[in-house]
Amino acid sequence: MSMSVLAGRITDTLTQVRDRLAGRGDTVTGIGLWLLIAVLIVSSAVGSTQLFVVGVIVGSIYALGALGLTLIYGVLKFGNFAHGDTMMLGAYIAFFFLTGQVARTAREDTELPWALDSLPGAVDGIGDLTFGYGLIIATLLAAVIIALLSVALDRLIYRPLRRRRSGIVIFAIASLGVAIVVRSLMFIIWGPDPRVYVSGIHRAQSYPFGIVLKTDQIFIFAVAVALAALIYLLLFHTKLGKAMRAIADNPDLARVSGINTEQIIVWTWVVGGALVAVAGVLLAVQSQINPLLGFVILLPLFASTILGGIGNPLGALAGAMVVGIAQEVSIEFFEPAYKPGVAFVILILILLVRPRGLLGAKV
Amino acid sequence: MTGMDRLKAPLAGLSGDKLITPLAFLFITTLVILMPAERSGWDLGGVVSFLTYFATTVAIFSIFTLGLNVQWGYTGVFNFGIAGFFLVGAFTAAIFTKGPPPPPDPVTGRPYVEYVGGFADKLDFIPFLSSGEWLPFILGAAAAALMCGVLALLLSIPTLRLREDYLAIATIGIAELLRNIALEEEGLVNGPRGLLGIPSPLAGLFEPADYKYVYLLIVVAVLIVVYIAVERGIRSPWGRVLRALREDELATVASGKNVFAFKMQAFVFGAMIMGVGGALYAYQLRAISPEGFSHFFSTFLFWVMLIVGGSGNNRGAILGAYMVWGIWIISLQLQGYTPARPGPLGFAIPEILQGRIFFIRDFLIGTIIVIVLLLRPQGLLPEERRVSIWVERQARRRRGSSWKPGEGTESPPD
Repeated sequence: MSMSVLAGRITDTLTQVRDRLAGRGDTVTGIGLWLLIAVLIVSSAVGSTQLFVVGVIVGSIYALGALGLTLIYGVLKFGNFAHGDTMMLGAYIAFFFLTGQVARTAREDTELPWALDSLPGAVDGIGDLTFGYGLIIATLLAAVIIALLSVALDRLIYRPLRRRRSGIVIFAIASLGVAIVVRSLMFIIWGPDPRVYVSGIHRAQSYPFGIVLKTDQIFIFAVAVALAALIYLLLFHTKLGKAMRAIADNPDLARVSGINTEQIIVWTWVVGGALVAVAGVLLAVQSQINPLLGFVILLPLFASTILGGIGNPLGALAGAMVVGIAQEVSIEFFEPAYKPGVAFVILILILLVRPRGLLGAKV
Repeated sequence: MTGMDRLKAPLAGLSGDKLITPLAFLFITTLVILMPAERSGWDLGGVVSFLTYFATTVAIFSIFTLGLNVQWGYTGVFNFGIAGFFLVGAFTAAIFTKGPPPPPDPVTGRPYVEYVGGFADKLDFIPFLSSGEWLPFILGAAAAALMCGVLALLLSIPTLRLREDYLAIATIGIAELLRNIALEEEGLVNGPRGLLGIPSPLAGLFEPADYKYVYLLIVVAVLIVVYIAVERGIRSPWGRVLRALREDELATVASGKNVFAFKMQAFVFGAMIMGVGGALYAYQLRAISPEGFSHFFSTFLFWVMLIVGGSGNNRGAILGAYMVWGIWIISLQLQGYTPARPGPLGFAIPEILQGRIFFIRDFLIGTIIVIVLLLRPQGLLPEERRVSIWVERQARRRRGSSWKPGEGTESPPD
């Protein structure tokens, strides 16, 4: 009898020691990772300033996408593979409101008699920007529509799956199905050719340290920072945000504390959808609109989310910046076609050394 | 019992649940046979060769769905990067069976075609039995399986201990990366131009016109071997562990199984099957390019096939490949119905939709998967309840004494 008690004690002690050691190892890995990231960022900022700055801008677009992805991941517990394509759909909807164009044939467009660009002065550049207030209204409309669409898709597809208690894999496949549907719709409605909001060559300004930037890019960064700040306020200073974080942390505990999970899920889709629509427009301002970009961007978004820690909005911001900068600076060393590869390598590394991410909870 | 229930009772045996599989099968089969027949002006020879090609492709894709069934259907390992294994399998087989690349252009000094490998002559090391017709192909398929197995092994180390969706994202990433490498590194497999003139097994022994039937037989033979291998594996104690850990990982750990090792074995086994499928695909097409291994075509389509057919059921995996590839082919046939040349009853696809038929097909496939997941998640042929053959035998023996066949009960007591 006493022997078994003793054995139990010994096992307990051993477990405790191991847990403590593991905890320390984890802290060490965490500090090591942060240091590594700091070194990489500083060296690339000094070594190739121009690429670094572009990386920050790309990273801020990723950040908006990754914020929505990580919120949905945290609250609904599945990776939304339709996120990238929803992002492109947002960009297309804004394009449609702005120009009223849909593809009639492969080369030719049908144009609605009236669109936002018919408003007086709607396409005249604001200051040094290439676009006018028309695009801003179009973006707001796109954000509203994507938010509503996300809620509708949740009602139609994800909620029934939730009721049936399907595994995360079923959700993932369903979301991939949604991604395919969304992408094919973009091809059907707007055709395969890339689109831009404002055609022509855009002048870039020179800044100190040999940086060349378009004013649009500064605008992208400013919008991303403002929206990220807004999300921070929402998550950490409102009841809704508190409820979201509670569900992300522990859904069962949140439910027994009287949080209406379904209602919070609806709001999560609204916030995530609106964010991703704006991110899509910003991406299109930075490069172009193209139905295939939705899939290309999915991997950096997931890499950012996992690097930051699933369900952690601050982590998603940090992760997106790291991925964006790493991808742009990689041009210095590899072919640009390997940009998705950079996101992938980051993803594999983080899964190997610290799967819960920089700021995530234990998985 | 309400009135409604009484009305339903006699129809219970004929409910839509049981009818849906044969009806869907009949529908697709009718269209697959009739549409090309109508388009070719009821030319029997053309239809037969069309159906032969169709059946060959279905058999090759069935090998993929069987491999995916080992990974996902039985083990719950979430491979979202089939495209990567497909690409590796096809290109490995191609560079094993092609001869060495031709010498570079004498004027510019630049090579026409660049690729590594080209082992066909070296692999033909048996001097008799016209081994050049089959030996390099078997070795090529084996190498394809091996490469895919190694790839799966490497991928499983960082991901298989984690939640299943991590593997999904990692496999998507590797598929995309491999496709980029194949496109960018021109010296590897000739870059975006891809490899042309891949030889086919036994092609030199038959008339080119008859070869398609021979190749169908070869592919079906391989499919049967793979099917038996998977069935046996799944019925074995090994397969039972796989299904156990799919249902409840914790309970499997608690009964002393090394879950990671079993998952890895299933992932590698499935990937090797996919490698064989990729090799057969390369031998059939004879020309492959990295562009062809897109995510939509080579990952998502196999998932749709398996889920439509019924994951966890090998016959379902094959049926799913048939049904979905049938839909794919039918939608291609639709393109022939132009307003200038309408089909029966004046059926025609308007001009405006003609150029978009591929996207409409993608839309259809995406919608099908969502609808199947919502309304019939078990697929057309659901997974059967399986116990060990020993338990089954035991049960049969026990039944022999107390329960006689044909006594009226449809389902014997468990």
